[in-house]
Amino acid sequence: MDILQTLEQSQLRTDIPDFKPGDTVRVHVKVVEGSRERIQVFEGIVISRRGGCIRESFTVRRVSYGIGVERVFPLHSPRIAQIEVVRRGRVRRAKLYYLRNLSGKAARIKDADRR
Amino acid sequence: MEKAIIGKKLGMTQMFTEAGELIPVTAIIAGPCPVIQVKVLERDGYEAVQVGFEQIPERKINKPARGHFAKANIAPHRTLREFRIKDAAKYQVGDKIAVDIFKPGDKVDVTGISRGKGFAGGIKRWGFHRGPMSHGSKYHRGVGSLQARDASRVFKGRKMPGHYGAVRRTVQNLEVIKVDPEQNLLLVKGSVPGAKGSIVTIKNSVKA
Repeated sequence: MDILQTLEQSQLRTDIPDFKPGDTVRVHVKVVEGSRERIQVFEGIVISRRGGCIRESFTVRRVSYGIGVERVFPLHSPRIAQIEVVRRGRVRRAKLYYLRNLSGKAARIKDADRR
Repeated sequence: MEKAIIGKKLGMTQMFTEAGELIPVTAIIAGPCPVIQVKVLERDGYEAVQVGFEQIPERKINKPARGHFAKANIAPHRTLREFRIKDAAKYQVGDKIAVDIFKPGDKVDVTGISRGKGFAGGIKRWGFHRGPMSHGSKYHRGVGSLQARDASRVFKGRKMPGHYGAVRRTVQNLEVIKVDPEQNLLLVKGSVPGAKGSIVTIKNSVKA
């Protein structure tokens, strides 16, 4: 069991900033187009973080041209170049799925005043 | 067969590939397996090597086994397996087979005893469909019809409930993901028969 744990631990990324659901993040994703590789940025609100260790993933939601777009990223994926925390938000749930039913002003999240 | 080794299933986990895909892997502690006996065509009628796995104290084995290990001059091992390796004569008693016979990218077949499921019904054992659980139905998980009425008998081989699992199974063509000779660790892609801690044998794939 110990070997399995160390094996998983050895693959975890250490350069991941501390962020929680409610925060606004900018995820820099490596995209392969043919033979070329470039970096795409996806910015939005983190609405969930789930799983643990190597299996941990997070969901980022943004509203793009009036249409809600959600992307799920494996947290420790080597395809993620960088995660930037843009804004800290104050929320009272771990999963912000209720945002899907809200739009406009109602879908805002209060700033976290203190951490 | 050219390469074979005995191992112990450790459990499953996931790993990222270089392309960023998360793939399921099974961790196996394999070897080092000393050659205990070499079977040759002239004497034994076939060619094979007998290897051991997992050293145990001498007091844990019986006298016949003690004699067998003493003849090879090797410390007692818990598991003995025979592999019909091509030109087995090139091996000598005492040679160690370690995980480094495999390298990442190799295809292997893994054999083990599948997990026992006891007396299982038709749904679990054969993938039968279930009947409605409600709306007045009294037909839930039963096997249903066994034959056509005109047959007047049940044909042999009819799939029915019974003992399921705990049989020798081989999973073919698994890719070796990682080999760590220091820890005797072997990671293969996908699942492998058996419970955690069960003995498996890993051979180079017959399909590759």
